[in-house]
Amino acid sequence: MTENVIEAKNLRKSFGSFVAVDDINFTLRRGECLGLLGPNGAGKTSTIRMVYGFSPMTGGSLDVFGIDVKTGWRAIRFSTGVCQQENNLDPDLSVLGNLELYARYFDIPRKAAKDKALKLLEFIGLGPRKHDKVTNLSGGMVRRLILVRALINDPELLILDEPTTGLDPQSRHQIWERLEKLRSEGLSILATTHNMDEASRLCNDLIIMDRGRIVVRGNPSQLIREHAGRYVLEAVDPSEELQTFVRSHGYRHDSLDRRIIIYGGEKDRLFEQIGGRFCNENCVQRMATLEDVFLRLTGRDLRE
Amino acid sequence: MKLLGPFSITWRFIRVWERNLSVYKKIWIVNFMTPLLEPLFYLLAFSIGLGALIEKVPFEGADLSYVVYITPALLAVAIMYNAFFENTYSSFVRMYYQKTFDAIMATPLSLEEVITGEIAWGATKSVIAAAIVLGVVSAFGLVRYPHALLILPLAFLGGIAFGSIAMFFTGIVPSIDMFNLPVFLFVTPMFLFSGTFFPLDGLPQWAQTFAATLPLTHLVDLTRHLCLGTLRAGMLWNVAYLLVFCLIFFPLALVAMRRRLVQ
Repeated sequence: MTENVIEAKNLRKSFGSFVAVDDINFTLRRGECLGLLGPNGAGKTSTIRMVYGFSPMTGGSLDVFGIDVKTGWRAIRFSTGVCQQENNLDPDLSVLGNLELYARYFDIPRKAAKDKALKLLEFIGLGPRKHDKVTNLSGGMVRRLILVRALINDPELLILDEPTTGLDPQSRHQIWERLEKLRSEGLSILATTHNMDEASRLCNDLIIMDRGRIVVRGNPSQLIREHAGRYVLEAVDPSEELQTFVRSHGYRHDSLDRRIIIYGGEKDRLFEQIGGRFCNENCVQRMATLEDVFLRLTGRDLRE
Repeated sequence: MKLLGPFSITWRFIRVWERNLSVYKKIWIVNFMTPLLEPLFYLLAFSIGLGALIEKVPFEGADLSYVVYITPALLAVAIMYNAFFENTYSSFVRMYYQKTFDAIMATPLSLEEVITGEIAWGATKSVIAAAIVLGVVSAFGLVRYPHALLILPLAFLGGIAFGSIAMFFTGIVPSIDMFNLPVFLFVTPMFLFSGTFFPLDGLPQWAQTFAATLPLTHLVDLTRHLCLGTLRAGMLWNVAYLLVFCLIFFPLALVAMRRRLVQ
């Protein structure tokens, strides 16, 4: 068994003259969770669609479980669970019916499919709703059902395309909890997300993409340390004095229209140096987060 | 962009066929209603209404009553409608609104298998409809057995032909409303001008030549000879026409759907 579940070399995807994924290299090791972060149009979905052989790749090489996706897509899909971005449950069938039908696509015999489906519905807390029509489910329940549908074939690799977008905090946390449990059982996960909490909570390895390229890769705390430091001080309508002070002391900072964001490391004593002297009501002092890293590296311009 | 190249089709397309069958069975009573009632309405209208005005229809030397003349057309039209509407409107809903194809393409099935399963299902609906219509017209003693039993396998062939061209349209229409165009320009003219409700012999030569290019003309020819029990060698040409039609439009449907869905 190979150590790398996914191995992408110079992976490329273009649509006509538009390059969606521009010669990227990455690996996913067995049992780990790799998160793809990036603004809309960064190439995240294009990348994962190539991994499960949904979109043909334009260039480079891509192996999953040591099998070339181009020739072995069918074998790869047998051991992969995919949770697509769109809600594509079968509205003609019940909750249980959806899982049983999906199992048939993987050649799982009917009896085994039903047992497995019932177990998964218990796991995700949809047991009592098994005979409901899927059109009667809430958004959160639909996402949960799509998640367990991706587990019906006992996959070795789980691919998640924005698994919790549009969900309320309760549903989001429940999905995260379940995903953490699956990870602890050794499942390898490739996920895309816009949600920084999700990325840092689930994934031990992150790739930030922008315009089809990898901007940076690392584990969440390392990325925060390297690109945003440890502490952050945000001041609204900063005084001339403060701006001069920041510049003259060479603090890492971003100046926005009406706001200055100052990043400091362990030894910078940001809050004492600046907070006490320049701040009234207009400051927020906090720990640096992944979102700071994301915005620093991909910029604050709107995409699309 | 790869347009042709080998299609990856295995027996797995049967899974998609199974999916459609299990949904169909849920409301089978409603699904049976149309092919059951429609021929009754037609028979009523044509035998009591129109049949009273038309005494005999000459067909290959024999004089047929009007109802006997149109019975094979009812069968052929049911075959055409069931496959055509299944693989246009219904397939489009599954593809575009329900994203069913996308979900299946994350499992060990190829796009070509999804499309093949859809067309095979459309043809199956043609067979079911033909069987029901056949039951109705048999009750009135309008068909000859055992010849008429051959209509069932013929319904599958006809279903593949109409389902393939329907799926081709599904691959190229920008929106579901655009199906009005092939229905208005292709299906309705065939319904009227394929030797269905009046013989083509009376038409000018150019119209007869044109009718001979339409698939329904060949299907009606076949169902008519099978209903009357007048088998002849010329029917092989009709079958050959339908086979060639399938051989052209089935790959075209696959290519159109691949261009649409695989990006």
